[in-house]
Amino acid sequence: MSNIELVFPEIFISLSIMFLLILGVFKKNSSKIIQNLSLLILLITAVITFNETLSVKQITLFNESVIIDYLSSFMKIVTLLAAFVVLLISPNYLRIFKIFKIEYPILILSSVLGMMIMISSNDLIVFYMGLELQSLALYVLATFDRDKLKSSEAGLKYFVLSALSSGLLLYGCSLIYGFTGSTNFNVIANQFNANEYAITFGIVFVLVGLAFKISAVPFHMWAPDVYEGSPTSVTLFFTIVPKIAALTVFIRFLFVPFFDLIEQWQMILVFLSIASMLFGAIAAIGQKNLKRLIAYSSISHVGYALAGLATGSNDGIQSSVIYIIIYIIMNLGFFSCLLMMKRNNVYYEQIDDLSGLSKNHPMLSLSLLIILFSLAGIPPLAGFFAKFYIFKSVIEQSMYFLAIVGLLATVVAAFYYLRIIKIMYFDKEKESYDKDHSLWLKFSLTFSTLIILLYFIFPSQLVEAVSNINII
Amino acid sequence: MNFPILSSLILLPLIGALFLFFTKSRNDNKITLKYVALFTSLVNFFLSIYLWFLFDQTTSEFQFVEDRIWIEGLINYKVGVDGISILFIILTTFITPLCIISVNNSINDRLNELLIAILIMETFMIGVFCSLDLVVFYLFFEAGLIPMFLIIGIWGGSRRVYSAFKFFLFTLLGSVLMLVAIISIYWITGTTDVVKLYEIGVDTKYQNLLWLAFFSSFAVKTPMWPVHTWLPDAHVEAPTAGSVLLAAILLKMAGYGFIRFSLGLFPTASEIFTPLIYTLSVIAIIFTSLIALMQEDMKKLIAYSSIAHMGFVTLGIFTIQQQGIEGSIIQMISHGLVSAALFLCVGVVYDRMHSRLINTYGGIVTIVPKYSVLFMIFTLAALGLPGTSGFVGEFLILMAAFKDNFLVAVLASLGVIIGAAYMLWLYKRVIFGKLINSDLKKMIDLNKSEIFTLSCLAIPTLYFGFYPDPLINTIEVSISDLINNYNFKIVSKP
Repeated sequence: MSNIELVFPEIFISLSIMFLLILGVFKKNSSKIIQNLSLLILLITAVITFNETLSVKQITLFNESVIIDYLSSFMKIVTLLAAFVVLLISPNYLRIFKIFKIEYPILILSSVLGMMIMISSNDLIVFYMGLELQSLALYVLATFDRDKLKSSEAGLKYFVLSALSSGLLLYGCSLIYGFTGSTNFNVIANQFNANEYAITFGIVFVLVGLAFKISAVPFHMWAPDVYEGSPTSVTLFFTIVPKIAALTVFIRFLFVPFFDLIEQWQMILVFLSIASMLFGAIAAIGQKNLKRLIAYSSISHVGYALAGLATGSNDGIQSSVIYIIIYIIMNLGFFSCLLMMKRNNVYYEQIDDLSGLSKNHPMLSLSLLIILFSLAGIPPLAGFFAKFYIFKSVIEQSMYFLAIVGLLATVVAAFYYLRIIKIMYFDKEKESYDKDHSLWLKFSLTFSTLIILLYFIFPSQLVEAVSNINII
Repeated sequence: MNFPILSSLILLPLIGALFLFFTKSRNDNKITLKYVALFTSLVNFFLSIYLWFLFDQTTSEFQFVEDRIWIEGLINYKVGVDGISILFIILTTFITPLCIISVNNSINDRLNELLIAILIMETFMIGVFCSLDLVVFYLFFEAGLIPMFLIIGIWGGSRRVYSAFKFFLFTLLGSVLMLVAIISIYWITGTTDVVKLYEIGVDTKYQNLLWLAFFSSFAVKTPMWPVHTWLPDAHVEAPTAGSVLLAAILLKMAGYGFIRFSLGLFPTASEIFTPLIYTLSVIAIIFTSLIALMQEDMKKLIAYSSIAHMGFVTLGIFTIQQQGIEGSIIQMISHGLVSAALFLCVGVVYDRMHSRLINTYGGIVTIVPKYSVLFMIFTLAALGLPGTSGFVGEFLILMAAFKDNFLVAVLASLGVIIGAAYMLWLYKRVIFGKLINSDLKKMIDLNKSEIFTLSCLAIPTLYFGFYPDPLINTIEVSISDLINNYNFKIVSKP
């Protein structure tokens, strides 16, 4: 127990959650204080993680069940910062729906805690624990606007389907345990017999569970409904934060214990990736609701991130991490726009509501234009570089089929992004929206747009930041 | 070379666009906005003329090269010009100010944004012509889609949405395969630097597929038959400035790409696929000329004639002879001038009568004499009358084609005849004949800025028609070097 300071971020955040809960119980009308405190906590945790663990090469704790390395620290910081921004821009939305309650920041904190545990897990049981902690918090968040039918439906749907997938995942874990005698990743790596095909079943079940969490096709069915039904700020949280943790687990689970079985899982990943890219692109065409549309778009983006992992190379992992980070920034920008579409305390979320936005809100629509072109992967915006790195590593492994299908899917996807741009710029204008947005909302929109727009000037920084991720 | 002249060329329009972006667009400052944009593009034009002045015509080496690390260990930002690219850069910087002048009162809506889009477009187009790294090239090549999509979509005609989408998706579909090819080249050879790739070459066993991938992108952009269908739509719906940019410069990116990359990097594959190009070019020349003959819409007619002219260009490039490639480049420059002028001519009458249909007009020669004269010059240049730049290009291309393949040359010459037919018929129906439509009597002749723009285009058209030496001297060494290099690689292939 000599290295306990390395899990200090997790300890700090869990103590804070308890403190906030008590504060919320004893102090009336404390939602604003708790909101601000939670922001502070997230920031402090990020700083602690940055200081304490980023320089750590690789250390395992608690009987090798928790691992601290560059990947975990990096992903934790990304998670914390993403959650920070989400929390920062939610209050206005929540206030209008009269759901600005103390539970909201606390639930976000606890799901973040779960994610941090997932990210650091080096053991199936620890991993499952973290997963359940974050999922339980997410179920409640989905149904946070509990008086709305759609929100409750979203929460319930998410809960039922997610429980099913957790069950599959747990079954997979037990199979793996049965064939190797351990739940620890490192032990499994040494123990399993590569000729024992039954272990593949275990891997498949775990992969199914994980694919469900990141909503990869064919385990995506929950995503559009849940994304549409949940309050918009929660949808934003759903689209970006859990994906970081799930991707990390994907990386660790596939590359640490089962790297020798790459032939077995590579096919599965290629399938998941191609199916997600194509389905996400095609299904989004017919959508009318922006949140549903972004659900399908996130499905297809997950497909690209998985394509990076499917290469089975370190380059691939790094490109996936870059992809997910740029994706987070783009989504933050997109949802900032969505949260700005309010008129007399009503939020609008249909695509047609964007009609002629460029006349009334030139800056807002310009930002959205840049974000959408970036989501479509058109150079010289950040989204292009994200795809470029992915395809670079995919082609390195001579997986031409995956690369060509992926790039063709971008053409299909470009269509529905263009459709939004068309509605914004080519169509007749409607009434203008409110302009009294919170400073933070404006800040997050400007910030993400500028990063997307100017990424091409300094592309090396991000590449360097992830170049320390060495799993294999 | 200490002063980064090429980067300045690329960045200057961007700075102008940024300046416009931070200027509030009001009704009373429209002229000022236009002057700002015009000033930026004129500075750029003079800078490029200065570049031509400094340019050393006796070497085929890349000049004014700038090489900076961009993504550590992966991509370098590398730009430079040789005899082939410098003319396209000057064409770009020459056409853009004319484009800005031609943005007149017919566009009241969001003038500021249109000027910004045109300037950004200029940045990307110059970037395409001087980038010496495949990834940088791709970046500029693709990025041009964004402003063009907006130009067609926002300021276009009634079917603008359809056309903008078609333009965007067609081009994107073509170029994603090129991206695969570029990344593959990176893994095969370890670099995307064009100069290095010229030296080390690409392994012949990969060349065919890579060539096809590049071809898919350039063929859509050229456009070659049968993927040309986006062009008439885009041209017809785009505003005049958009059509001019599209016809004069955007289409040249593909021709340039064929010379620079298809011939330069994949000589073996180019040799194999020459018959394919010949076939498609001849089909393009004859087929689209026949289609042009039947058009009712002036812009559509010129759009189809563009496809036919670009058919000559691809034909000339793949003859792989000095005259052929020189002819192609001159044809591209000439077509850049002439098609820009023709679109401007259509724009002139459209602004007055709000109709592009040929049968609206007729018998306007006495009403608008100045217009008739200038329109005549460009009509004749488009059909390749000796004494105009159009003739030089077509003549050189056909000469090279006759040496290589008699049948192809005969068929292509047939295209010249049909070309003369549709252009003259167009001119006859619009300018001569009986004045039936009485509204036409109210037409006003060209104003000063229109005369200025069109004469700016007419002068080089005639000048290079009589005396193409300045062009040929610039490109000669680079092309002969390219061909020597090509033949060397073909002969020495393992």
